[in-house]
Amino acid sequence: MTILVVAEYENGAVAPSTLNTVAAAAKIGGDVHVLVAGQNVGGVAESAAKIAGVAKVLVADNAAYAHVLPENVAPLIVELAKGYSHVLAPATTNGKNILPRVAALLDVDQISEIISVESADTFKRPIYAGNAIATVQSSAAVKVITVRTTGFDAVAAEGGSAAVEAVGAAHDAGISTFVGEELAKSDRPELTAAKIVVSGGRGMGNGDNFKHLYSLADKLGAAVGASRAAVDAGFVPNDMQVGQTGKIVAPQLYIAVGISGAIQHLAGMKDSKVIVAINKDEEAPIFQVADYGLVADLFEAVPELEKLV
Amino acid sequence: MKVLVAVKRVVDYNVKVRVKADNSGVDLANVKMSMNPFCEIAVEEAVRLKEKGVASEIVVVSVGPTTAQEQLRTALALGADRAILVEAADELNSLAVAKALKAVVDKEQPQLVILGKQAIDSDNNQTGQMLAALTGYAQGTFASKVEVAGDKLNVTREIDGGLQTVSLNLPAIVTTDLRLNEPRYASLPNIMKAKKKPLETVKPDDLGVSLASTNKTLKVEAPAARSAGIKVKSVAELVEKLKNEAKVI
Repeated sequence: MTILVVAEYENGAVAPSTLNTVAAAAKIGGDVHVLVAGQNVGGVAESAAKIAGVAKVLVADNAAYAHVLPENVAPLIVELAKGYSHVLAPATTNGKNILPRVAALLDVDQISEIISVESADTFKRPIYAGNAIATVQSSAAVKVITVRTTGFDAVAAEGGSAAVEAVGAAHDAGISTFVGEELAKSDRPELTAAKIVVSGGRGMGNGDNFKHLYSLADKLGAAVGASRAAVDAGFVPNDMQVGQTGKIVAPQLYIAVGISGAIQHLAGMKDSKVIVAINKDEEAPIFQVADYGLVADLFEAVPELEKLV
Repeated sequence: MKVLVAVKRVVDYNVKVRVKADNSGVDLANVKMSMNPFCEIAVEEAVRLKEKGVASEIVVVSVGPTTAQEQLRTALALGADRAILVEAADELNSLAVAKALKAVVDKEQPQLVILGKQAIDSDNNQTGQMLAALTGYAQGTFASKVEVAGDKLNVTREIDGGLQTVSLNLPAIVTTDLRLNEPRYASLPNIMKAKKKPLETVKPDDLGVSLASTNKTLKVEAPAARSAGIKVKSVAELVEKLKNEAKVI
């Protein structure tokens, strides 16, 4: 049994989500190979070769794979998949974009966002915004799986010394091109990898008021998230959304500010180690999952909290 | 251009579902059902394209039980021109749905297919991508902006770090994200008019599609419950607990 992990990378090195995905692969058992597809990704491949427990790194370095367009990368993965029992990718926007395309080309159903490995063919995954957990068994010859990164503790980024091998002809479908990208610039940690997350909801009132959360987050070294209500109201961009249809986070400490706690939001953060809720409505459902609840006006409590931590 | 929109009948987003005692699934008896929220956004986008004169006809399709006619009628009331129901058992896996949709695409030959990025029941986020694979079309997933530019489609996508714009050859597949638009409500006169719009029912067999799946759900359980903690009286007490009890700051 050999497992292929499709690497997620950023700034010339593998992203933390790749380490969680390798951990899921290790749970399944067998040799773990990592695929790095992109353009000028030699450095990424080197960083992948150092991941603990990785036996081999495959590099597909070609202009066709720049920006990992699914129309081009999916056929590459399909070509490689024939030699593997499982193909795994983190359930990032990239993984979710590419892997279902791979699954359909292989004529198999994907197993999406697994949170645990029961055996080599059986996995658990949340459904209905995490209000139910399904145990799913796959009979596919090649099992195509996306991994919810919060379900698996990352393997060590250093310590391995895998061989690096160039693979794959260029598959350029020629039906899509990359135009541009606007990436949020922030010195704060990435939302899904942060140890502390401070999130704001509709109770923030407007986008400008998020400055209170940014300033608290900077003092704590935290990332800033938001509920769907806050995104819907136009306070903050969608890439800050935590919840069923946004990002799934499980930090050491999650501070929910002015968030009522709709089930769709809880789906994205209820696996956090410690949850703090600050809300002036003492009936808010968020208090039912919070380890520490504070019924208070957030515009007084947040600045005070910033002063005391 | 002709636009095809796929919609799914799902449990209403306000319903908190319960797992059945025999762990065979969730209890959907007497539960309010609605159109999946991301599918509403898909219908709205198609209607806006028609209002702009870009779309000439909107065909809405659902793959599901007989009762999914309700959601198709809703889409017709919102502005779709006609509807197709591929009538099948209600618990189909994504690949089967994608294959049924592929058969409809082959027949209807739309230039653009719009789907929701994810259904809020199975939470898979894969049918649109699978349809793109089966048709060989380009895909613009998690779209927050869609613009037709000549024979191309520019799609701005919500990605983890921000936004990405891609240019796709038509025909293309788009899946909707939250900020693409804000869906309208159907007016009463339009709801009445929708009752007269054509709704065709076909069987998967008629389309020559296999609904087999490589996935089998063995059981469905309730998640481990998280119990409520304590209420603190002041920010000072909160900070003290976080430092000394939880030891997280």
